[in-house]
Amino acid sequence: MSKTNQKVKQPIISIKEMNKYYGDFHALTNIDLEVNIGERIVICGPSGSGKSTLIRCLNRLEAHQSGSVNVNGVELHQHMKDIDKVRSEVGMVFQHFNLFPHMTVLENCTAGPMWVNKVPPVEAHEIAMRYLERVNIPEQADKYPAQLSGGQQQRVAIARSLCMNPKVMLFDEPTSALDPEMVAEVLDTMTDLAQSGMTMIVVTHEMGFAKQVADRVIFMDEGKIVEANEPIAFFENPQSQRTKKFLSQVLVH
Amino acid sequence: MIQDTVTEDLLLRQPKFIAYLFATVLVCFLIFDPSQSIIGHLLEPALGEPDKSGLYGRFVTSFMLAVLMVLNLLAISLIPNFRLQVISVWIELLILFLSFFYSFDLSFEFIRSKIWFMVTQGIFTTLYVSAISIVIASFIAIIGAVAKMSSNGFAYAIASFYTSFFRGLPLLMQVYLIYLGFPQIGYVIDAVPAGIIALSLCYGAYMTEIFRAGIMSIDAGQWEGSRALGFKFSLIMRKIILPQSIPLIIPPTGNQFIAMLKDSSLVSVIGVWELMFLARTLGNKTFNHMEMLITAAMLYWMMTMVLELIQSRIERKYQKRQSR
Repeated sequence: MSKTNQKVKQPIISIKEMNKYYGDFHALTNIDLEVNIGERIVICGPSGSGKSTLIRCLNRLEAHQSGSVNVNGVELHQHMKDIDKVRSEVGMVFQHFNLFPHMTVLENCTAGPMWVNKVPPVEAHEIAMRYLERVNIPEQADKYPAQLSGGQQQRVAIARSLCMNPKVMLFDEPTSALDPEMVAEVLDTMTDLAQSGMTMIVVTHEMGFAKQVADRVIFMDEGKIVEANEPIAFFENPQSQRTKKFLSQVLVH
Repeated sequence: MIQDTVTEDLLLRQPKFIAYLFATVLVCFLIFDPSQSIIGHLLEPALGEPDKSGLYGRFVTSFMLAVLMVLNLLAISLIPNFRLQVISVWIELLILFLSFFYSFDLSFEFIRSKIWFMVTQGIFTTLYVSAISIVIASFIAIIGAVAKMSSNGFAYAIASFYTSFFRGLPLLMQVYLIYLGFPQIGYVIDAVPAGIIALSLCYGAYMTEIFRAGIMSIDAGQWEGSRALGFKFSLIMRKIILPQSIPLIIPPTGNQFIAMLKDSSLVSVIGVWELMFLARTLGNKTFNHMEMLITAAMLYWMMTMVLELIQSRIERKYQKRQSR
């Protein structure tokens, strides 16, 4: 499954020598990572290893203290003027969905296009319905998020991000807060999205998804990238002891 | 509060408790000595003149009152319906209060001749001064809350100085300071605007904290979700955070409005013709002070009850919307 070889290697995200601290705590150490257009990356690792922090640095929900983060040709730093533009081009799906509870599903989806991209309401409505159909819940458009199941809410969250027509999609443990029977519907939506050629960076514990979809699997521990490899090599022939230990723990069941 | 599905035995069904209750009430009455009160006069045939009945009279009247009170409590506890129970207690308390007022020997003729003016002039002024002030205070509160949460030292300093100052001074003093202080710097200000400014500034300071708490209680995920879509700060505030904090802000703000309605009586000291001012001045000429004060008190109370009703309606509306 060497899908990467067929693609033009053109980095959309490049991180160099990036360090992040929370006070004295060194959360991310010397991160180097390039993500090419169309590439699917899965980041895994034990809790507290910095996986979420890493992808939250990519749309600057978190600040890094040294090194460089370049997204879609724009360098992210504290005094940048156009962070909103970068964020509008980088979709993000959260563990707890973060839908707007006072707005209907449809309003959640039209808000971004209308308020940020100044799309006229009729057109925004069309965009929203197109993506709600794509995640298979157009019939829930007029409901409020609280009326939907967890899996449906997460699919709305994915649709909401897609409405902005993003160049990259970040997923921060999208299935961790879901009941077991709802994990599949969200993973199916993500697999579908991957097949359409979207550039994706996914933090997840779903190793089946990683094997099936990822071009590259990254293993992190204690704020460092320990190992990065194509999925077959990563799962069948892990190099470091820590990766082996982690995989033996998550692949038992 | 969520009621438990199992209720404990009523205390008033336990003889021991009733005995203790009776003893306590009796002691209280003995201390206050009701022998000179209405009940003493009612028992005059049996006890003789109240002021000469002595310890015996004191004990008999106290005993009678204690029996009446405990019997009354038992009677109310026998009412099975919650609503009826509440209504009957309300009615009893009201009768007690009214008979207290009645004992002042008020001139209802005088009240009748003045009440229309008190309503049209007094209530009207009180309501519009309070309403304008609460609107201005809300605007101040939003700005103050945002400034207090800002990382800008300048904004934070001004906001915290403002809340500290206006929460730290008695409202009465603020009214004087604004009404008498502004002319010192060459700007003569009318009584009504001065009162509105004082009330707005003072309540704006308190409400800043209410708004800040309301905004802070919104989950951080809402900020992250909005930022990730590329929303700017003012957009997030207007469309995402404030709409969700409003249901949390409304109950304490309603409370503030009710408090303000009564604190607006303080602007009577600078001669605004609101309810309190009229209550103090109308009765002056003929020494009918009590009549006017009690009338004003009743009017304040009625206004407050209407406002409480409106507040609970609004709250229910928001609750319904949330549970959709």
